[in-house]
Amino acid sequence: MNLLSLPWAEVAIGIPLIGAILVRTVRDPARADRVAIVSTILVLVASLFAWASVGTETALCPWGACLTFFGRPIFTVDRLSGPLLPLVALLHVLTVLSTSRVKRNRTSYTGHLIGEAARLATFSCIEPWPLIALLAFSTIPPYIEMAQRGLRSRLYVWHMLAFVVLLVSGWFAVESKWTVGPILILAAVLVRSGTFPAHLWVVDLFERATFGTALLFATPIAGVYVALRLVIPNAPDVVLQTIGIASLVTAIYAAGLAVVQTDVRRFFAYTFLSHASIVLVGLELHTSLSLTGALGMWVSVALSLGGLGLCLRAVEARYGRLSLTRHLGLYEKSPMLAIGFLLTGFGCIGFPGTAGFIANELLVDGAIEANPIVGVALVFAAMLNSIAIVRVYLLLFTGTQNTSSVPLDVTWRERVAMLTLFALILSGGLVPNIWIHERYEAARSLNLFPEGRTVAP
Amino acid sequence: MPDYATLAAYLGTVVISVPFALMFYLGGTTLIGRKRSESATASAVAATTGVGLIAGLMVLGIMLLNDTQHVVVSFGDWVHVETPVTEKPFHFAIKFVFDRLSVPFTALTYLLFGTIGVFATKYMHREEGYNRFFTLYSLFLAGMVTAALAGTIETLFFGWELVGLSSALLVGFFHKRPAPVRNAFRVWVVYRISDAALLLAAVVLHHMSSGGDFDKLTGYQQIDGHDVAAWPYGVCRLPANQVFIVGLLLIIAAAGKSALIPFSGWLPRAMEGPTPSSAVFYGALSVHLGAYLLLRLDPLLDASPALSAIIVVLGLATAIFAALTARVQTDIKSALAFASLTQVGLIVAEIGLGWRYIPLVHILGHACLRTMQFVRAPSVIRDRHAIEYAIGDRLPRDSGSLGMFGVRVYRFALERGHLDAILDRVFCAPFLGLFRGIDRFERRIAIAVNDDQPKVEAPVATPSLSPVEEHAI
Repeated sequence: MNLLSLPWAEVAIGIPLIGAILVRTVRDPARADRVAIVSTILVLVASLFAWASVGTETALCPWGACLTFFGRPIFTVDRLSGPLLPLVALLHVLTVLSTSRVKRNRTSYTGHLIGEAARLATFSCIEPWPLIALLAFSTIPPYIEMAQRGLRSRLYVWHMLAFVVLLVSGWFAVESKWTVGPILILAAVLVRSGTFPAHLWVVDLFERATFGTALLFATPIAGVYVALRLVIPNAPDVVLQTIGIASLVTAIYAAGLAVVQTDVRRFFAYTFLSHASIVLVGLELHTSLSLTGALGMWVSVALSLGGLGLCLRAVEARYGRLSLTRHLGLYEKSPMLAIGFLLTGFGCIGFPGTAGFIANELLVDGAIEANPIVGVALVFAAMLNSIAIVRVYLLLFTGTQNTSSVPLDVTWRERVAMLTLFALILSGGLVPNIWIHERYEAARSLNLFPEGRTVAP
Repeated sequence: MPDYATLAAYLGTVVISVPFALMFYLGGTTLIGRKRSESATASAVAATTGVGLIAGLMVLGIMLLNDTQHVVVSFGDWVHVETPVTEKPFHFAIKFVFDRLSVPFTALTYLLFGTIGVFATKYMHREEGYNRFFTLYSLFLAGMVTAALAGTIETLFFGWELVGLSSALLVGFFHKRPAPVRNAFRVWVVYRISDAALLLAAVVLHHMSSGGDFDKLTGYQQIDGHDVAAWPYGVCRLPANQVFIVGLLLIIAAAGKSALIPFSGWLPRAMEGPTPSSAVFYGALSVHLGAYLLLRLDPLLDASPALSAIIVVLGLATAIFAALTARVQTDIKSALAFASLTQVGLIVAEIGLGWRYIPLVHILGHACLRTMQFVRAPSVIRDRHAIEYAIGDRLPRDSGSLGMFGVRVYRFALERGHLDAILDRVFCAPFLGLFRGIDRFERRIAIAVNDDQPKVEAPVATPSLSPVEEHAI
């Protein structure tokens, strides 16, 4: 028995729930903010322990503290989910840290913490039915937020209903050994990942919900997790190919749309869709290189996109909703945000020196090995994404002189958030071997390599 | 007896490391928000370029003394993935090579960077963005040295990307005005096309040789009974059909980076940047990087006469086009840009003709001359006016003649061959039209399903850039 044998996943999920109860008892927004920060930091620590405990006797639940489902632990941290928990926790810490003072009155810290608990529970759950229940539950908070703000959300509701229905019926069919089962789950994954043509809800969510809520709901790319847990290990090749083709089309389609956007949130939504699709393409190719690259890209893209979103959220907090119809010239007033935008943007596209570079190389290498056309298409999508990111940078931060006399540079909390992101993105780029090896082992532990797959008849 | 090989490897490590040390110092202090004085920045630039140049010259000296043509500095595998037996393993080696091609190019890089660095500390004195300029300048130096000394195609790609990013951001250095920003975007778009082609070529070459090492790709040649791998004695070990595809990708990459036809339009636009960066980037180093790439992978060209022919035609066409266009430019930096392009076209044609040392010497000479001209450009006009004032008359002007097709050629040259307009109409406009149409359609669907508009609706498809630049995507 040692520190690592504690049920850290349960601890990480429990802390935000306790934090949510505490926040409900606090009326002062500043105190609620402090409680939320402390809670999310504690969650981050617990999730790091959960990651460190992968491979130890945690799964045996020595204190009987684990929640079980028909005798099997619901929450198990393995090589796949190990880094995802700290990633999700970190995104929540950074989101709270970078919430501007003027928005604290309107921020629902309770919703934020409950959402964090739901996401952590989702990413540490490997039992199908509890996982499906958690995925269904996590679709509710964004709906509640939009309803409270008096916004219509039919597009979101219809898609999420379709997702839940397809998921439930699909898994029921899989358990009943019906051949339609994997296809239904495949459809659910495509809807949740925002794959063309079921992608409009993502754009709509980013346009209507608060940026923070949409960001935390989308950027961990839960659809990829569903695909890995429920579809890919057992799906026939035709299902994988369908995921691959649909994702490839989406990667290029969304990247093309990101280039022409006139609104920052829509730009971000399409950039997210393109990158999430690129990760899915890598998973479908099922060469060891592409799988390793896709798993590496998943984390680096979630981190970088999260950072990019937080930069845009901070800019919005200062200048209001951002239009891309003219140059805004914000560099002189907010240089740190400009640098943060560029760095996180280049992190998304896997620019040399960032965490995604080697993962991107592996992915393209694996794609060329599997099918050269797929490799060319992936490079084309990445090229469009990079063009879109620099275009938006130039429109937001350059091209004119901003004459505002109010100091608008980052606060110390935002600076801490930015520097944390920079450190992670750049260190992942400078020392990629440990990280890539870890992702390779994760792919191997899931029996995802071609010779390890047990394909359903 | 000192171990010269080890000494050369140590010095080589210094040559490679100092630009990154400078980059981390300048970039790191910027990121943490620490203010640097101009003198601290200038000292750091002078010290690192000085150390790098001296170390590089010492490596050259050791190579000449020992009659060594090939010094390898390997940092091992940056990434190594041990794949299942059914697949090829992946490794990304960080390896640098000092040979007859890379050493002169690296020495040139340090020499020009040092010279222009000193010039820029005066030229940019009290300029807003002084530190930003030198941060990007250090990024460019790191990229150039990495690309020049790269021993693997991936390492070259790493440096290539750094060069592209720093170039584009420096073109838009004066970012309070829209014109430099638009031109920076144009440069970025062309560079990304070039980068995409190089990435694909790199991945394919990596795949073929299980590692991307130039030594493995280009193999060895027997000279006087010995295996010689050093440039320019490599031989191609790849099948002819694969060579052609990879060669085409490399030509696209080189054409983008060196502004060959049809990508020539970005070069005069890049002159919006500060004069020191224009001089060292577009007069001397960056513009030659495409030619350098072709020289580095010359065994592939030797293996395919068709590729060589394409390169000759491309080079000559670019040279003729640029020579004509340079004659009608009305500002000195644009005239110099096209004059520079004329020489780059000739260098590329020389490479296509199978020469190796001539284009290398041509690059070195041309880079030095053109840097001097760019740096001199702002003052030469003033000097000319001073002379005219002193003699009380105008100096004779070379009006030139464009021959029997004078007017048509003049118009062609004045419009810079309509190259940008052709690219815009053929590629950019259809792309933008298609995706803008899709965007409008998607917005309508969302509004119809939700039965309302989003709270804040941005104007749809309003041009955000000028009519011409709009098509630059």
